[in-house]
Amino acid sequence: MGILEVKNVGKRFGGLQALNNVNLSVAENTCHAIIGPNGAGKSTLLNCFVGKLIPDTGSVMFDGQSVLGRTPYEINQMGISRVFQTPEIFADLSVMENMMIPVFAKRDGSFRMHALEGMMGEKDIVEKAEAMLEDMGLANKREMQASSMSRGDKRRLEIAMCLSQEPRLLLLDEPTAGMARADTNNTIDLLKQIKEERDITIAIIEHDMHVVFSLADRITVLAQGTPLVEDSPENIKGHPKVREAYLGEAA
Amino acid sequence: MLGLNKKDTLLFWIVAALALLAPFILNPFPEGSSLAQMFNAGYPDLMQRFVIFGILVIGFNILFGLTGYLSFGHAAFLGIGSYSAVWMFKLVGMNVIPAILLAMIVSGVFALLIGYISLRRSGIYFSILTLAIAQMCYNLAYSVLGNPSSNFNLTNGETGLQLSLDDARILGESVTAEGALPVTNFFGLAMRSSYQMDVGGWLFTFNAGYYLSAIIMLVSFYVSIRIFRSPFGLMLRAVKSNQQRMNYTGLNTRPYILAAFVISGIYAGLAGGLLSSMDPLAGAERMHWTASGEIVIMAILGGVGTLIGPVLGAGFNEYFKNILSKINDNVLHDWLGFLPDGFENLLVGFLHYFVGKGWHLTLGIMFMLVIIFLPGGLVQGGQRIARLFRRKKNSDETQQTPAE
Ligand SMILES: Nc1ncnc2c1ncn2[C@@H]1O[C@H](COP(=O)(O)OP(=O)(O)O)[C@@H](O)[C@H]1O
Ligand SMILES: [Mg+2]
Repeated sequence: MGILEVKNVGKRFGGLQALNNVNLSVAENTCHAIIGPNGAGKSTLLNCFVGKLIPDTGSVMFDGQSVLGRTPYEINQMGISRVFQTPEIFADLSVMENMMIPVFAKRDGSFRMHALEGMMGEKDIVEKAEAMLEDMGLANKREMQASSMSRGDKRRLEIAMCLSQEPRLLLLDEPTAGMARADTNNTIDLLKQIKEERDITIAIIEHDMHVVFSLADRITVLAQGTPLVEDSPENIKGHPKVREAYLGEAA
Repeated sequence: MLGLNKKDTLLFWIVAALALLAPFILNPFPEGSSLAQMFNAGYPDLMQRFVIFGILVIGFNILFGLTGYLSFGHAAFLGIGSYSAVWMFKLVGMNVIPAILLAMIVSGVFALLIGYISLRRSGIYFSILTLAIAQMCYNLAYSVLGNPSSNFNLTNGETGLQLSLDDARILGESVTAEGALPVTNFFGLAMRSSYQMDVGGWLFTFNAGYYLSAIIMLVSFYVSIRIFRSPFGLMLRAVKSNQQRMNYTGLNTRPYILAAFVISGIYAGLAGGLLSSMDPLAGAERMHWTASGEIVIMAILGGVGTLIGPVLGAGFNEYFKNILSKINDNVLHDWLGFLPDGFENLLVGFLHYFVGKGWHLTLGIMFMLVIIFLPGGLVQGGQRIARLFRRKKNSDETQQTPAE
């Protein structure tokens, strides 16, 4: 029984069956990649995990509990963090402030009215945020406004923000989309390091085969809203159906 | 000091000094001179307006400045606070403190209700909801709940709610021994009592009501600094920056915004209660949508999201409103008397539209200029000047110590 169990999920947008009878099981402490051509329904599937979309049919269970009908913040508090296709950070705030917000959310829950306490009194939060920045190699950008960072650093910050919450499941939606090669490699290294150092389950959507094959333990291929195959990276590489539906297109 | 960092402490003391020395600062010209008539602003009622509107805008800035939610109906809370305070004077006693507390509580309850409804939407729809609800409040106060012949006359309609000689107060008399209305007071200190200081040709007035309002404004300002610097303030800024990221970070944005809305509503109620404490008369026009618009203008004028902006914006607005409305055709003729007659009349005829009753026009133009050239408001103007000085100083220093 995986930490994330997806059963018979279907989702329609008007006349388009974006997801059709999707079954998926993500085992704990593995990295599970979902690949497939553009418009296959990968982002739609991810949106069903985090409360952004509610599927028409089927169930999504995280750690034995259904996530359907819960709001994004409730799902996050259950232990799922999400990285977006374009980095979603607090662009107007400093890097350090960006880093502190998820740490607060982890400690204080979805709402707390700490209106008159100064930041000086929040030593544990500050220390944790600083340690995370240090870990991620962002310590020297502490006071920088987040919007002025490079795309790669923004991605790094977003991942750091998610990790600081010590999620049990980390969802990544094309984390290297639109990145230069160097930034892509940096991100791969970062994700590899995270995978090795932490007890964390990762579900990643990716277009870039290089990224997928260097990270994934298991791969599901999605095409036109339906999973074609699920297997280990080695088998996926050689799978005729996959070559035809996906890799063939890329080659 | 008091949990503020160095910079904020300095800012607080600057505002405190300005507020406490206002009777001097605002009366730079000797009494009786023509300049004094025009430009002196150290009169109790005007000074009271400075600080009370300061409180109003400080509170508004907690909502608009931090979360970016533009309430276009904040005057409703000012009005609700005003009415509540007058009722306290009518029913209970003439001490201003209970009246102010009631004003804050009632406006807080209304803010909770109105905020709860309006915050079902965001952006422009939120603004329109607040505008519509505030206009409903205005109409309720102006007519529905203010019919003098009905048994349930909460607001006394057009005339406005005021004290009368037959108010049966629980604490204190209905009429004074002299047969007049009792006055509002702070544990016996009458709000309208003043001490006047005559120095040379200058006359400085220290008014009890002003000083009470100024101290309350300073407390409000201090609380707003604390909120700005708190984790809660950080969350409010996060709301403005990226609500989506907040939701996916496990934070429920709605109660944060609602809390900010209620806090700013309480600030507005406090301002309304103070207005009534200075002069126990509350009218529906205080809740009119133009009054709400003026709050927005003051906030933007000063500098949205800055600490001191609201104080500057409120002061600037009230000061120029006062001066411009005092200038009439006679004054213009006085000033332009040196010009040839025909030209003088032409110019006076033209300027006529910008002063006196036409003060809106000038203030509108000033507002436009600030928005266009200083989108960060007067605070940005101040920063530019400061930078100019700093650069000059720096270049001086480098000239003096070239070998470094
Ligand atoms: N909110 C939506 N409304 C309508 N159609 C949508 C919506 N989201 C996605 N789609 C459609 O569903 C299909 C799958 O989209 P998506 O999940 O984004 O694909 P991808 O695998 O590239 O991430 C696409 O055809 C897309 O146009
Ligand atoms: Mg996608």
